[in-house]
Parts: sequence; C-alpha cells; structure tokens
Amino acid sequence: MASIAVIRALRRRMSSTSSISPSRSISTLVLGEFEGGRIKPSCLSAVEAAKSLGKDNSISMLLAGSGSSLREAAAMAASLHPSVSEVLVADSDMFAHPLAEPWAKLIHLAQQKGSYSHVIASSGSFGKNIFPRAAALLDVSPITDVVEISDSHLFVRPIYAGNALSTVRYTGAGPCMLTIRSTSFPASTIIDDSKSNEAPISQVDLSTFNEESVGKSRFVKLASQATERPDLGNARVVVTGGRALKTAENFKMIEKLAEKLGAAVGATRAAVDAGYVPNDLQVGQTGKIVAPELYMAFGVSGAIQHLAGMKDSKVIVAVNKDADAPIFQVADYGLVGDLFEVIPELLEKLPEKK
Amino acid sequence: MKIMVAIKRVVDYAVKIRVKPNKTGVETQNVKMSMNPFCEIALEEALRMKESGLASEVVAVSMGPAQCIDTLRTGLAMGADRGIHVESTEALFPLSVAKLLRALVEVEKPGLLILGKQAIDDDCNQTGQMVAGLLNWPQGTFASKVVLDKEKQVLTVDREVDGGLETLFLDLPAVITTDLRLNQPRYATLPNIMKAKSKIIKKYTPKDLNVEIKPDFEVVQVTEPPKRKGGIIVSSVDELIDKLKNEARVI
Repeated sequence: MASIAVIRALRRRMSSTSSISPSRSISTLVLGEFEGGRIKPSCLSAVEAAKSLGKDNSISMLLAGSGSSLREAAAMAASLHPSVSEVLVADSDMFAHPLAEPWAKLIHLAQQKGSYSHVIASSGSFGKNIFPRAAALLDVSPITDVVEISDSHLFVRPIYAGNALSTVRYTGAGPCMLTIRSTSFPASTIIDDSKSNEAPISQVDLSTFNEESVGKSRFVKLASQATERPDLGNARVVVTGGRALKTAENFKMIEKLAEKLGAAVGATRAAVDAGYVPNDLQVGQTGKIVAPELYMAFGVSGAIQHLAGMKDSKVIVAVNKDADAPIFQVADYGLVGDLFEVIPELLEKLPEKK
Repeated sequence: MKIMVAIKRVVDYAVKIRVKPNKTGVETQNVKMSMNPFCEIALEEALRMKESGLASEVVAVSMGPAQCIDTLRTGLAMGADRGIHVESTEALFPLSVAKLLRALVEVEKPGLLILGKQAIDDDCNQTGQMVAGLLNWPQGTFASKVVLDKEKQVLTVDREVDGGLETLFLDLPAVITTDLRLNQPRYATLPNIMKAKSKIIKKYTPKDLNVEIKPDFEVVQVTEPPKRKGGIIVSSVDELIDKLKNEARVI
C-alpha cells in the first residue's frame, strides 16, 4: 500500500516535469455513488470517462458509508470493470449521509495519500455539492460538467446554458478534477460475473481524519419522491409537460402516456412553479440534463433554459398549439395541435410497450 | 448579524448569445447585462432576513470590471445597505472569487454568506462550495427554503437534490447557495433607485486583499454547439406514430 503511494508520488513528480509528454502515467480516483448496495449508473459513466483519459489509466474507486450496503457496493465496484484496479472504502457513520464537509475532507485525504493525476465525479447533485469544496481544499479549479475528453488535460464543457461549447486545458500542478455529464459518457460496461478481474478492496485509514468541520452540519431528513417510473436522468424515453397542461390534474395525462411508453416524466420550470409536479422533475439548465433516445415535449414553448436540458436527445417530438413555438426549431417531428386532443389519441393508438 | 451576498454581472438570461467568429469567447459588447438571476434570489433572501429582524446589515459584493458598479447599484436599489466592488480587469474564475470572498469575510466578519447556486454564463456551480471549504464553514447548497433560529444560531435548510428534498441543520457562520424556488425577488422601485445612488460602494483590488489571481486552466476555444438539422411537421397523430415506429424506430 505504502509503496504504491510512493510510486504514484514519484510518477506525479516525473509527470509534472515533462508537462506535455503524452506518455505520462495517469491514475484516477473516481468518486463512487451507490444506493441500496448497488453502484449507481452515473458512477459507471464516471468510470467510462476515466477510461477515455488514457490507455494505462489505473482507476481507483472511492466508496464511503457504513454497514452492509457499503460492503455490497464495494464488492460490486471491485468486479465492475478490468480497468478498476482498486476499491477504497471509508467505513464510518460520518459518511452515512451525503454531507459536504466530511466528504470533501475524505476526497482531500484520499488524494493526498494516492497522488492521483485525475479525480472524477459525475455531476449530479451529490458531486456538484462536494467536488468544488474538495477542490478548494486542494487549491485547484475543478472543471464542471465535462461532455467530452479530448486528451488527459483537454476537455469540452457547455457554457451559457449549452449555447456555446468551451474547450478548456487544465494547466495546474495539482490533480485535474472533473465532474462529468453522465449522458455524454454512456456506460457500456457490464458487470463482469467471472470475477477474474476482481480488484482489491482496501480500507481508507481515517486515523488522521481532521474532524474540525464535521458536526457543523447535520442531516435531518430526505423527502424523496418515490416513483416506479424509470429515473429521469437515465430513461430511454422522456415525456415532458409544460404550462399548457394548465392543472396538476391534467398533468396526469402526461404520466399516463409515460406509463404506456415505459418513459420517465419531465417538466418545464413553468409546470413545476405552477405546482403541477415536484421540482426534481424539472428538465433544463437549472434542473436535470437528459439525453434519451426519444424526448416528447407537450405544451412546451422551448425557452433556451429548457432546451439546455434536452437538446442532446436523439429524437425530439414536439406537440404545441403555437406553430411558431421555438421548440419546433429543434424538434425532429413536430405536430401543431391541441395536446388535449393529441395525448388521448396517442394513448389510444400507441402500441403497448414491450 | 451581518449578511454578505455575492452578486455577479452576466449577460441577461433572455439574450440569445453569439459566439465570436474568432472563437475566443462569447460576444459581450453591446449586449444587455444584468444581475445573475440566482444572485437576485440570494439578495432577496438576505433582505427578507433583515426585514424580519434576523440580520442587522446586508452587504452586496461584486467582482470584475468597472461596470460591476451598475450591478451593485441594482442590488442597493433592491435594498442592500452598502456595496463592495473588487475591481479586476483580469478574468476571474470561481477559485479566485472564492479566495477574494474569503479575504472579504475576514474584513467584514459576516455571520452568513449567501450566493446563487450558479452563474448562467459559465454554469460552473462552484464558488459557494469553494468559499465554504476555504473558510471551513458548513454549506447549504441549492437551498429552496432557509429558516434561521437566531437564538441557537442554527439554520434549517431545505436543499433540492436529485430525487427529492433534503433537510439539513447548519451552525452559523455558514454559506448558502440559492436555488430558483427559494423566493421571488423584488423589483427596485424608482425612489429606491434614487436612494441607492447615495449608498456607499467601497472599492478593493485583489492586491489590497492579498489574493493572487492565477488561473490553473486556459480556455482554448469557444465554439457553437452542433446544430440540430431541421425536422418535419407531421399532420396527424397517425403520421407521428408511423414516423416514430418506422423512420426513427424509437417506439
């Protein structure tokens, strides 16, 4: 363990002297996320992104929490992919909830021990909350919401609500910290059942863990929106409703249609603000970013903030009464009509999902 | 208790931005600029706390070129007591802004720092978390509800997270970043715009605050995203289903 750290530290020192050499060794720490003992799909995307940093990337996954759920997740992470070479586990009640203060300290600690060249998280609300704090502790600028990795230090990220793409080169001496947009790095990795490539699982030594900031914030509760529909971020089909639905009651039509298509339900800010649906269904610059195979927008005008969240969808369908609605400029198939007539007709005529 | 609010001057949210032909950035000349919408919400929350007797003073801070004064004046017209402008002609990125904010916190000693969750230009969503880390203060990001218990010096924060709403207790001093649903910001009234002209804006430079601005990344180019090719308008639900089934093959 110690010798690996020494070798990594040496590699880092060597790599920082030969700054543009393509052969520099890459080692990546991926921030693991799990739920009920299973690694989350967004975390598989982070591994996918880590793989694209370079061929000989040795990937370590950091998992923290406590109890059996952590052990199950660690076992899953260990056999996730051959390129995952190590699973680091921090077992403590401090990590039972996703509080930024202990988690940022943990990333800081793991980075100091492992001297990784890259640290990656997926840019969900968990990563967005924790990562910049950890980066500040390490005195580096993180690069948010990366959609493309050109080489180990060159990245593309959207700015201005996705209306421009910025190519950024990381030039700092510290580790390169990225949060990645998971829809841009679809996870092709399937868990390897043969267990032949199982990575070693080791415990993070928390004896030096500096606890002065821990306890200043306390978890109270999580009010989750339990739903049986697929998760909005990863759904193959998304059906979205806007203000034109007029009431929460009418919005149920969208839900019915989603059920028929096996789709996730999305909403515009207007629909959320009007109280038709809870806000974690909002798609857009300030809500979720989705890129499903099929995105169906009903009564959505297509404001730039909304388009920012869905314009990378493969096929976009728009149904709107207003033929001039901006949504029709990005839609592959548009239907000008009253959604109160179109949706019932769709419900009737759509084939049952397989 | 004093509340410090960070506000940023950005291209107005309704402007359709244009990428410069030389790919160095986005056109900001002769483009309408405004206060970042999330910063308006941050300021509104601070003002409401002051109005309910929970805070004694609201200080608005902005960083960047001289024109940031206009944004600060807007903040003062909304009701902030005074402004601080950190003037820099160099581009500032979140880590520098966080360091400048930390330096200002040491001067001003606020009990609460409120920022927007992200600026709508760089879409970073970093500054609040970074300054909280640098100060070793607890953070309540993406806040949609904030309740201050003045006696216990504890904030209860509802946070918008993937899959629901999380509630946290934070000990003061703390950093809050605001989500869209926290409140509805007020408009500045004409008398208040006039009054704002006589309010004080103190000026600093990064050098005064002993902060060195050195970016650890460079922007290589800014380009337009690939355009979606124009679609077609179908005339009926039957045609739509047919296209989705047989042309796009998505259902």
